[in-house]
Amino acid sequence: MKKRKLGLLISSVVATGAILAACGGGEDKEKDTSNNAGSDTNTEDAGEAFKVAMVTDVGGVDDKSFNQSAWEGIKQYGTDNNLKEKEGYDYLQSETDADYNTNLNNLLRRDFDLVFGVGYLMGDSIGEIAADNPKAMLALIDAEVDAPNVVSLMFKEHEGAFLAGVAAAKMSKSGKLGFVGGNNIPVINRFEAGFVEGAKAVNPDIEIQRNYTESFADAAKGKITANAMYSSGVDIIFHAAGQTGNGVFSEAKERKSKDPNANVWVIGVDADQYAEGKVDDKTNVTLTSMLKGVHKAVVEVSNAAKDGNFPGGTTITYGLAEDGVGLADSRGAIPEDVLAVVEEYKQKIASGEITVSESLK
Amino acid sequence: MSNRVVNILVPVVSIIIGLIVGAIVMVVSGYDPVLGYTALWNGIFGDSYSIGNTIRQITPYILSGLAVAFAFRTGLFNIGVEGQLLMGWLAAAYVGYAFELPRFIHLPLALLAAAAAGAFWAFIVGFLKAKFSVHEVIASIMLNYTALHITNAVIRNLSDGSFKTPTVLESATLRMPWLREITDNSSLHLGIIVALLMVFVMWFILEKTTRGYELKSVGFNKDAAEYAGMNVKKNIILAMTISGVFAGLAGAMEALGTFQNASIKAGFSGIGFDGIAVALLGANTPLGVVFGASLFGSLKYGALNMPNEAGIPEEIVAIIIALIIFFVASGYIIRLGLQKFGKKKEGQ
Amino acid sequence: MEHVIEMLGIRKEFGNFVANNNITLQLKKGEIHALLGENGAGKSTLMNVLFGLYQPEAGEIKVRGESVKITDPNKANDLGIGMVHQHFMLVGNFTVTENIILGSEPTKLGMINIKDAAKDIAALSKKYNLDVDPNAKIEDISVGMQQRVEILKTLYRGAEILIFDEPTASLTPQEITELMSILKLLIKEGKSIIIITHKLKEIMEVSDRVTIIRKGEGIGTVITAETNPNELAELMVGRQVDFKTVKKDATPAEEILAIENLFVTDYRNIEKVKGLNLNVRRGEIVGIAGIDGNGQSELIEAITGLRKVKSGKITLNGKDITGLKPRKITESGIGHIPQDRHKHGLVLDFSIGHNIALQTYYKEPLSKGGIMNYKKINEKARQVIEEFDVRSGQGEMTPARALSGGNQQKAIIGREVDRNPDLLIAALPTRGLDVGAIEFIHSRLIEQRDKGKAVLLISFELDEVMNVSDRIAVIYDGIIIDTVNPKETSEQELGLLMAGEERQVKAVKEGNE
Repeated sequence: MKKRKLGLLISSVVATGAILAACGGGEDKEKDTSNNAGSDTNTEDAGEAFKVAMVTDVGGVDDKSFNQSAWEGIKQYGTDNNLKEKEGYDYLQSETDADYNTNLNNLLRRDFDLVFGVGYLMGDSIGEIAADNPKAMLALIDAEVDAPNVVSLMFKEHEGAFLAGVAAAKMSKSGKLGFVGGNNIPVINRFEAGFVEGAKAVNPDIEIQRNYTESFADAAKGKITANAMYSSGVDIIFHAAGQTGNGVFSEAKERKSKDPNANVWVIGVDADQYAEGKVDDKTNVTLTSMLKGVHKAVVEVSNAAKDGNFPGGTTITYGLAEDGVGLADSRGAIPEDVLAVVEEYKQKIASGEITVSESLK
Repeated sequence: MSNRVVNILVPVVSIIIGLIVGAIVMVVSGYDPVLGYTALWNGIFGDSYSIGNTIRQITPYILSGLAVAFAFRTGLFNIGVEGQLLMGWLAAAYVGYAFELPRFIHLPLALLAAAAAGAFWAFIVGFLKAKFSVHEVIASIMLNYTALHITNAVIRNLSDGSFKTPTVLESATLRMPWLREITDNSSLHLGIIVALLMVFVMWFILEKTTRGYELKSVGFNKDAAEYAGMNVKKNIILAMTISGVFAGLAGAMEALGTFQNASIKAGFSGIGFDGIAVALLGANTPLGVVFGASLFGSLKYGALNMPNEAGIPEEIVAIIIALIIFFVASGYIIRLGLQKFGKKKEGQ
Repeated sequence: MEHVIEMLGIRKEFGNFVANNNITLQLKKGEIHALLGENGAGKSTLMNVLFGLYQPEAGEIKVRGESVKITDPNKANDLGIGMVHQHFMLVGNFTVTENIILGSEPTKLGMINIKDAAKDIAALSKKYNLDVDPNAKIEDISVGMQQRVEILKTLYRGAEILIFDEPTASLTPQEITELMSILKLLIKEGKSIIIITHKLKEIMEVSDRVTIIRKGEGIGTVITAETNPNELAELMVGRQVDFKTVKKDATPAEEILAIENLFVTDYRNIEKVKGLNLNVRRGEIVGIAGIDGNGQSELIEAITGLRKVKSGKITLNGKDITGLKPRKITESGIGHIPQDRHKHGLVLDFSIGHNIALQTYYKEPLSKGGIMNYKKINEKARQVIEEFDVRSGQGEMTPARALSGGNQQKAIIGREVDRNPDLLIAALPTRGLDVGAIEFIHSRLIEQRDKGKAVLLISFELDEVMNVSDRIAVIYDGIIIDTVNPKETSEQELGLLMAGEERQVKAVKEGNE
């Protein structure tokens, strides 16, 4: 079943791309060249494989969420196609936002056929590099750039976060939830909005404390924020803060190991963060994680490009309906009856019965 | 050994020792140092693109180095360059997009705004020191944080909740199409000319003007300056303010050149703090700062190519770069060694 | 008698500069041997060679007849050589005992054994009559006592040969007397001593023999008993030195400086000048005699505008200058040789040339339109350097820091006199200087007077005040307690006045009459 869905998705993606490109009119030619460029390299270097790489944002490749998830996707593509790391697939890390351009350029110069820029912050750089290198194929995750040789990959984080909100509100004993965000930017606003709406949907009286740490890389700040929240009675925190969120986990684990009866939970983000919440073999503070299909999107786009169907100039949005977002296995932390409620809401959103807001009013 | 030979030998030997130790680190952690250093070299000088970006990276370092060096020369430790830089960054970006003016007014105005913002932020520090004896290190560190959060808040407001200001207009940008063209689309911009001009300005103020003479007098010996009828307080404020001008301009390099906007920052850019090392490497002289900034900027930029071309992990690269700078900064030890060596030779 | 130390034909160079050339010094066992020379003659260099801090380029050092190479101070310690530095090397918040054992801590099973050390130190202190409390903290004891701690430190480490570098520079007269008796006691106990100094009086009082060096050259060694201060001074300076300043009688004209009922407070807001009246006339030197801390500093600072005047009036040439900014006052015609030349007089990191410009840099021809003219400044500096005999390695380019104290002072005086001020204030102008420099400075002050300028001299040294001044105003507790004629007064009378014994003085005077 899953396979069928995947195939469907790809075809729909390609179709959207084609339609959008057709609408582009003047851009048509350029788009064609870029696409041709892609297939040219493919046919020219008949023996050579289609190579894929990515540039991380400042969070780093081992941020246990977003960048890492993208890298998993790249790696999977690499192994699926029998490529060698560094040669067939690779990543470069950015230490500051001044490094984006150079890193993207470096990868293009090493003849990677498709380069991913991971993160909202990389939008400008992708736009610039795309203009400078009209033949290159670029993909941008979490932001949109209007260029014929860039595919923008967006996620309906608010839909996934809605489910997280439902689960959290159902599981909370204190009636207080927490949300820890990274930078106050549209992507993270979507997490926030979905989480709040989901929680209020099942418990209109629930209290939700929200805090933006203004950083995706500051675990210490995450820990302090979580400490303040838990101390004020919050029992479940949902984080959307990259590495900063690791501080939320460490605070929760500390509390749990001090007092095994403490009712503290964390909802992870982007990837399944179950491993992050491990206190000991029996105890884990990860309630569930809101999955963002970065991994999947990367693989799909890479494969499409490899097959000569690079959806340049389009924006592909992954929501609940596309299985692009969702909740991870709670491994028993969430009881069946709650899961049933979550599933119910999932169907309603996927079918369009409920529309989740992208930002709080 | 003559002084001149020693002066040339010291930095050369320091860099070589740094490179050797860095090579050892690479060998120990299982990487090929020749490949690593080739990557570093290519990352700095490899092609016109690298050279362009290396110069772009050096530019703000020159200015932040000048800011620190100028303060040092006048007896002050301006550790607040970072905050002054952030203020200048925001000011330049704002003027750069908010006004529509002809280029020959707009660009200078944006630069001036950055200089004024940096100067104002530093002026506060100088004023507190002169009037209330608040130590400039404490005041400027605190103002660094203040600047970070104020600029973040202002950027959020200016951008309607987004994380960056609109892009600066063509008429205010330091980027030039022809510069991009000759450097294969690097982000090299005109800022380097501004920076080098400021090198001259600092030299001129300190070495040629009566004001510079006063500033240095106050810096070296406040009591003697007062004895000679100089207004010590006024000079402290002025020294800090001029230092802030350089810092603010460093911010303008980022706003009008590298990034073309100002964005919300999770933490400090580091350029201001690295300016301290740049100034010290350059012995607080204007020309020395150019060399210090070149070393810092080149290594920092070239290092990006080490993971790329040689596959060496960022962490190891960071260690190697730090080691090279460490050995250059320890030039004093090498100087001593050289002198002893020289003496022994003479003794034989 | 055997020689415990022989330094034979020592030569030490710093770059092109020869600090010591062919100097020979032989120390006999049980003698006090003085090393005499002007500031910058190379005394300290020679002793640092002996103490292992410098390596000589030529020459031989023998300790107890054996040729040795002293590579570092530890080696010197092992040979029984100890040094009492001019600037003490003590940790302020450590006790005497802790300071003495620092670096050679006696241990018992790995623990520092302070108790036993304190006992040993108390015993040593008693033996040499040093009267040091081993448990006192350094910061709580007087400078003289700190010096004794330094002496104890060398003795504790078994020094047989003690080097004293300018030991009396920072001591009170009473402490100096005590130090002299300690030196004699040390000799009695079999130690040998080298004392570096340029004070002839002390040499005559305490030493057995004197080795003289002049400009890095060894001049020779004389037996103290067979010489006299005049001869020593001549050997040291290389020419005849007059101790009694020769000068014509003053011909005072109109009043230049007038101070009326002046009140000044110090930095703690305590009143230090309390209704002082004083005038200085053209063509005379008025000396202010007094013990340190009776308001001299505050008085000078008030005149020159560096300190606020609380009340009262200061006029210069009939013009009220009370409360003006320092620069305005300077420009009204006051030259000021400050009492602390390092703190106020010079920017030590500047070259001598730049320092010469310190008061006039903003005026033509030294600058124009805010731009300095360093060519003109250096020309001016060269002129002052030549006129005032400032000796420096690289002329006007020499860093002020590299000059000896006397030459620094000459540069300051040159700068101030060159501006041709109506009133020259000289505060402690000869502090710490050697005879040659003192003589030079005194003659310059008198020269100013003879040119029809007014000179205000502040000094703690009675000799100086009596020799140079035409009138002596004695300051005590913030007022001029009396004004006397140097020709008609005595050191005794001045001493009593300075101690505030006005009435007794009058009684003495009346009794004499």
